[in-house]
Amino acid sequence: MDLDRQAELSALRPDLLRFARLQLRDAGAAEDAVQETMLAALVGSDRFQSRSSYKTWLISILRNKIIDIIRSQSREISASGLSDDDAGDDLTDALFDRRGHWQETARPGRWADPEASFEQQQFWAVFEACLDLLPERTARVFMMREFLGLETDEICKEASISSSNCWVVLHRARMSLRTCLETKWFAGEGA
Amino acid sequence: MLSCRQATELMSQEQDRALSFSERIGLRLHVWICAGCNSYRRQMSVLRAACRRFGGGTS
Repeated sequence: MDLDRQAELSALRPDLLRFARLQLRDAGAAEDAVQETMLAALVGSDRFQSRSSYKTWLISILRNKIIDIIRSQSREISASGLSDDDAGDDLTDALFDRRGHWQETARPGRWADPEASFEQQQFWAVFEACLDLLPERTARVFMMREFLGLETDEICKEASISSSNCWVVLHRARMSLRTCLETKWFAGEGA
Repeated sequence: MLSCRQATELMSQEQDRALSFSERIGLRLHVWICAGCNSYRRQMSVLRAACRRFGGGTS
């Protein structure tokens, strides 16, 4: 591995660590996963021409490490249950009236040019802050689905919940995230 | 007729499973006449794209 690659790898380390921390919510486990990823990256990194494809490759290694860790921890998740997620009902009650229609002030608006937002670092800071607001187990189920790309069948198995429960949890996570993004980002953009 | 609340449930579930024929028809009809849910559905796609971007390493 040449020096440039080595410098690139250390430069990407904070990104990898942030990605792992968000999902594992355990600094030690995140550190381990990143360490193992970087070790694995020492082999075979010369195949990559561009920095972005190199980063994608690293993330895919890291993703597998995170899945392994989550699988080994899955008994803990199911033992502690999903009871902290009842807060999701309060949000839904606030957004809809008794007939299930949007409250006047809560009706979703158009998000102007999301692609342009994706290019701004500030957007990703808000995105992470919104993820952090999710109850821990809701966040974990959501990230298994959206960041790790697991199918709901497998998530149900790992988290020992039924598929309908899994859909409810994912629905609450998405509802909460889009409400947070709309309030903290898109509404302020003058969209 | 679906309520907005039920529509948002289906709009989440369509990201995770294949909706039945009647669910698809009901949802299509609802978002056609409901601007709020129409925006919500776009927001679901943006959310998924953001997660892909965040996890795909191109952010």
